[in-house]
Amino acid sequence: MATVTLSNVVKRFGAFEVVHGANIDIKDGEFVVFVGPSGCGKSTLLRMIAGLEDISGGEIAIGGKLVNDVEPADRGIAMVFQSYALYPHMSVEQNLSFGLRMTGNPKADTDRRVKRAAEILRISELMDRRPKKLSGGQRQRIAIGRAIVREPQVFLFDEPLSNLDAELRVQMRVEISRLHKELGATMIYVTHDQTEAMTLADRIVVLRAGHIEQIGRPLDLYDDPDNLFVAGFVGSPKMNFIKAQIVGRDAHGVVVELAGQEKTRITQPLAGAAPEAGSKVIVGVRPEHFGSAGEGDTDLVVAIDVVEHLGGTSFLYARTAHGEDVVIQRDAAKVPTTSEVTVSIRKSYLFDEKGLRLR
Amino acid sequence: MSSLSSARLRRSIALHLFLTPLALIWLFPLWMMVIFSTMPDNGIFSPGIELLPHGNFVDNFNNLQRDTNFVGAIGISVSVAVTYTFLSVLLTSMAGWALARYQFFGKGVVVGIIFGTITLPYAVVLIPQFIMVARDFQLANTWVALIVPPLFNSLGVLFMRQSFSMMPDDLFDAARVEGVKEWRIFLFVALPLARPMLAALAIILFLASWNNYLWPLLINSQPGSMTAPVALGTLIGLTKVSWGGIMAGAVMLTVPMLIVFVLLQRHFIAGIAAGAVK
Repeated sequence: MATVTLSNVVKRFGAFEVVHGANIDIKDGEFVVFVGPSGCGKSTLLRMIAGLEDISGGEIAIGGKLVNDVEPADRGIAMVFQSYALYPHMSVEQNLSFGLRMTGNPKADTDRRVKRAAEILRISELMDRRPKKLSGGQRQRIAIGRAIVREPQVFLFDEPLSNLDAELRVQMRVEISRLHKELGATMIYVTHDQTEAMTLADRIVVLRAGHIEQIGRPLDLYDDPDNLFVAGFVGSPKMNFIKAQIVGRDAHGVVVELAGQEKTRITQPLAGAAPEAGSKVIVGVRPEHFGSAGEGDTDLVVAIDVVEHLGGTSFLYARTAHGEDVVIQRDAAKVPTTSEVTVSIRKSYLFDEKGLRLR
Repeated sequence: MSSLSSARLRRSIALHLFLTPLALIWLFPLWMMVIFSTMPDNGIFSPGIELLPHGNFVDNFNNLQRDTNFVGAIGISVSVAVTYTFLSVLLTSMAGWALARYQFFGKGVVVGIIFGTITLPYAVVLIPQFIMVARDFQLANTWVALIVPPLFNSLGVLFMRQSFSMMPDDLFDAARVEGVKEWRIFLFVALPLARPMLAALAIILFLASWNNYLWPLLINSQPGSMTAPVALGTLIGLTKVSWGGIMAGAVMLTVPMLIVFVLLQRHFIAGIAAGAVK
């Protein structure tokens, strides 16, 4: 187990900078998830921690030791790849022991580690099989087993569940969580799936275009996003964004009116300086924060396009009078039968024109 | 019979009707080589075409052996071809690995030069190569002269480079993270995965060495150090040509390669077709 510290880490491919000075402190035994859309630099960041990519600037320390110029094998890390990266010409047992055998680890110790990994992952009966004879979930277990036998200080996971079907993904998510509890090791996990991030992480690092947008605990990011990107990325279905403008200020905070919809005024408590009246802003509303008419600050008439029934919950895909798409979450029993419905906004977030949160 | 399977049958019959004559045309000279190897010299040029073997093969072979020590020459050919194939597969795959996996200064230029050498006709290289090996290094009539000059095979390097490029990086990254040394990654991960390609390359290189005539004729022309094709060539004299002996020798040179090809054709096809589909 070890801490991992990234200080002003920069990555350039030629003249093109893909990671712009990342600063992250990962505590001993913490499970941190790097999340963001494709091309945001999350895998590059992980590969830099692994030592598979050189860093163009800054420092990376593992367990307090600077590892900028340390070979991947000497960093005390183990990595699980998205493609599993199992050697197809070797049996499961050979896959698990390959690294240890090739580095001259004593046979008795290698056997002990392989046996332990097999027990932890419940794969003892698969040891003689080749990877092509295994299911996706089993292959994923072997890939994790290969990391466990190294007894690393830090586990690195690069989108390990992307190739699995939805059901298996949920199952493996639980397995990885269990593994983290059992081993207590520091784990860094890369994914583009915000659900994986929310369910696995102690803390989430949200990345966009090589910048860290926000670092925080899953529910902190959900409840208190710093900007429009994090607000939209975390949560499924994503937060609704409705154009609005500042119309004034009262004793409770700043008053905004939704664009094109008079008398839809919302009062937002604001500790900081408020933009001037007439400034354009964006109001963010999570699907579950729409209520029945009269329950919130203001009522809003929306036209329903599609209703998705998921059992206990339903989602209404609708449009405001100004033509903006919104998704509304409702209990299945309260789904309206009319094509238009009046909803209220019970809780909302305010963002300025640049997408920064107004608090 | 369903309409689908009857359509398939019709297509198969049409294909066979088209391909069988082609195969016969291709096989006919080979068959005639076998026939001629069993006939006496004076029978080969008789007016009628003989399509069935005669009983003169042993006599022809004995004459061949007496005139050229053909068994010894085949021994040399086998040794040269095996050594050459082993070393060339090793060298070309190492070079292909380096060009596929490593970034280094001037890599593009190196690849360009290798590509360039493919376009050079062998005749252009032959004389400078002969002068270098025979005059400068004094290696004429040695095994080194037979094996070393053609060792670096540009096409083989590019073939192996392509094969290694198609393998997923994650496999090698996983081994690097596990602390496996680069040469062990090459030996224990890359080469086993490239087995079909290596088999195809080995067959091609073995065939090239086995059939090589011009270079061994130039550099190893002393009796006792000749390869089998060169030894066979000596039977064409100014006043007498032993066609029966030449044909018997040609059969002995061809049959082993046919057997090797038939045994390894699965690997050969797999190697040649590798990467054609994902």
